[in-house]
Amino acid sequence: MKMDQQKKFTIDAEPQGKKLHHKELNEKIRKAIKDGHTWITLNNVSGQRFIGAGIKEKVTIEVYGDAGLDTGVFSEGPTIIVHGNSEYLLGNTLNGGELVVYGDSWDITGMGARSGKIFVMGEGGSRIGIHMKEFKDKRPVIVYGGRVKQYLGEYMAGGIIVVLGLDYSNAIIDPKKPISKDNIDPKKIKEHQGDIVQSYLGAGIHGGAIYVRGTVPDKYLGIYAVKEEFTESDKETLKPILERYSELFNTPEDLLWKNGYTKVRPISSRPFEKVYNSTPI
Amino acid sequence: MQAQDKTIPRFKTSIDYDKCIKCGRCSVNCPFGVIEFDREQKKPVIVDTSKCVACQRCAVYCPGEAISIEEYPVAYAPHANWTPWHIRAISEQARTGGVLATGMGNDRSYPIVFDYLVWDACQVTNPSIDALREPVETRTFLGKKPKNLSIKEVNGKYVMDDIYPNVMLSTPLTVGHMSLGSISYNAYTSILRAVSEVGTLYGTGEGGLHPSHQAYKKNTISEVASGRFGVSPDYLYGAAIEIKIGQGAKPGHGGQLPGEKVTQLISDTRGIPLGTDALSPNPQHDIYSIEDLKTLIAALHEATEYSVPVGVKVAAVNNIAPIASGIVRADADFITIDGFRGSTGAAPRVIRDNAGIPIELAVASVDQHLRNEGIRHQITLIAGGSLRSSSDLVKIIALGADVGMISTAVLVAMGCKLCQQCPTGKCAWGIATGNPMLGKRIDIDWASKRAANLLRSWTADLDEVLGAMGIDAVDSLVGNRDRLRYIGPNPHEAKILGVQHAGSRVEIGGE
Repeated sequence: MKMDQQKKFTIDAEPQGKKLHHKELNEKIRKAIKDGHTWITLNNVSGQRFIGAGIKEKVTIEVYGDAGLDTGVFSEGPTIIVHGNSEYLLGNTLNGGELVVYGDSWDITGMGARSGKIFVMGEGGSRIGIHMKEFKDKRPVIVYGGRVKQYLGEYMAGGIIVVLGLDYSNAIIDPKKPISKDNIDPKKIKEHQGDIVQSYLGAGIHGGAIYVRGTVPDKYLGIYAVKEEFTESDKETLKPILERYSELFNTPEDLLWKNGYTKVRPISSRPFEKVYNSTPI
Repeated sequence: MQAQDKTIPRFKTSIDYDKCIKCGRCSVNCPFGVIEFDREQKKPVIVDTSKCVACQRCAVYCPGEAISIEEYPVAYAPHANWTPWHIRAISEQARTGGVLATGMGNDRSYPIVFDYLVWDACQVTNPSIDALREPVETRTFLGKKPKNLSIKEVNGKYVMDDIYPNVMLSTPLTVGHMSLGSISYNAYTSILRAVSEVGTLYGTGEGGLHPSHQAYKKNTISEVASGRFGVSPDYLYGAAIEIKIGQGAKPGHGGQLPGEKVTQLISDTRGIPLGTDALSPNPQHDIYSIEDLKTLIAALHEATEYSVPVGVKVAAVNNIAPIASGIVRADADFITIDGFRGSTGAAPRVIRDNAGIPIELAVASVDQHLRNEGIRHQITLIAGGSLRSSSDLVKIIALGADVGMISTAVLVAMGCKLCQQCPTGKCAWGIATGNPMLGKRIDIDWASKRAANLLRSWTADLDEVLGAMGIDAVDSLVGNRDRLRYIGPNPHEAKILGVQHAGSRVEIGGE
């Protein structure tokens, strides 16, 4: 559905200068959905937690301001677009839908995600994509435009993580306006110098794949994670993901494919198989 | 395998050919490969006794009662320090270099505090209640209670403020978490059917609820554990949600469902590919503190629109009282404490046998601590690990739990013989197995009736005991430690329990 066909509704998260509690804000969102609205805009958001928690309807929630902890937690359907930063735990135990952040989103993004897509333009912290899993057609995806820290994809059991290492700090056309697709100048997007991932990469990984643009020094690989040749089939896997990223963040596809990718995958789907011995004594 | 790798068998399986009718049923029933049957031999039952685990399946199913199982009659040179147990463990560790894994609860011989407690009854000064004819209330409510009730008028209707979601249990007894995967489909279905008939709850365990079990949803506690397996928005709308931090059998440890147990059924339920290990990390990585726990509880409340009680399950460990206090302050609606004798489908033996503290001491300490802080009323306290009888249930309630939780007892009702082979998935009784052929050994009609009977029997026992104590509602027994007396060897233990020694009388105006 195009945006102009949507039934829109706007909520002020800080009416008369009084910040709404997350409970009140989510109540308003749920009521708007119940009333049949499909595009809900939240203005003046300043760190309210649990935006869109547990929502199953395929609606769009557009957030202006910085979203708090656990944005989209347990949700299964909505598209949540944050024109600002999002705090820790973006898409915690996500079951579906699409989360887009025009900013940074720090630790533990997509923890235990079972499906859905998460696109973050900026930087990330530790333990991103920890214990993501996949099942049949449910294959969660996390893409970070910038850099991330340690333990990327720890315990990962499925899904795809992509780290691009791009720097948008000079690419925002009007810094006073909220960041959106139209506010990004594709010519001024730069590449981060140096490593864009850190140590314990994929520690304990037993499913899924991590794609890092450029090279990854071996010293960063966590236990049970190995590098694998990037093949045509990987290219096919990444293609729709990067196309979507390019569209969301007005980033040229040429830049996304530049320097190639390093693929990191599990050494086995059963890394701990030989640790335990259940012979009775 | 070299001869030196072998240890002496643990058990000796013998066939009495005077009684054997040569039907071969023993061989069909043994999943551990102990017994083979060759009709053409003069003695057709061929026994490899080194594999016997004393599950008793063959003996129970032998129509001629021709099978006997005994401890293997070989003496170890006496040594009080280096017991056969130590020698066997070392031999096995030296063979593979791996971690010894085991199932069920702690099998070491620690003192059992329950056995040092007795309770009071009415004599002369107060009348007992005749529980068979007079009402004794065994229903209880799981969930947060308000400090006081405030009633106001809204649009001509009287409504109560600050009412939190509560779930009514017909008996202060729930069935603990055992996931589909750790136990068979038939065993799982039997328990679900039993709790829904009796009117209480069963923990789903980590791994979600199978699509065919949705009808029982309002009799389940949905577990949200570190692996987040099967956690979907729909799954959260069970009777209650429980965040699993720890398990009594393996405090601080996560879980591994080995790939060979991840069959199509488990794959569909947990939402993971066939044959991969289902690993639950040791910590929940979104919970590193009480504040983080509060965040997850709030997220779950928010995701279920404040309609479902959210609790936290922890293992009984040294500082359980302040931990429980933190959990109450993190806005939990209930706390489940699992003692160090609690059971498991698989755990490292070294952890199962040594980590944690007894549930009796943990509950007494938590109840007293929360009372001292004036926050005991805010939560329902569920305690298990392990309650072996209705008397353990009465004692744990009197020590301070609102609800008792049982798992092993229910499995025993369905045929379990405590052979501790759960992690092998070969359960001869069709309980702890993912093998559908073994799982079918559980007849759902039969097993659900047995499990329901057990729950009813313990509730009836509780009824009788309450009547004899002159207590007309189980809630009045909660934390009523004055009705217990201690007959054990350790006065310090009695003090921690808050229970006076037998023979002491109530001190009026005392300390």
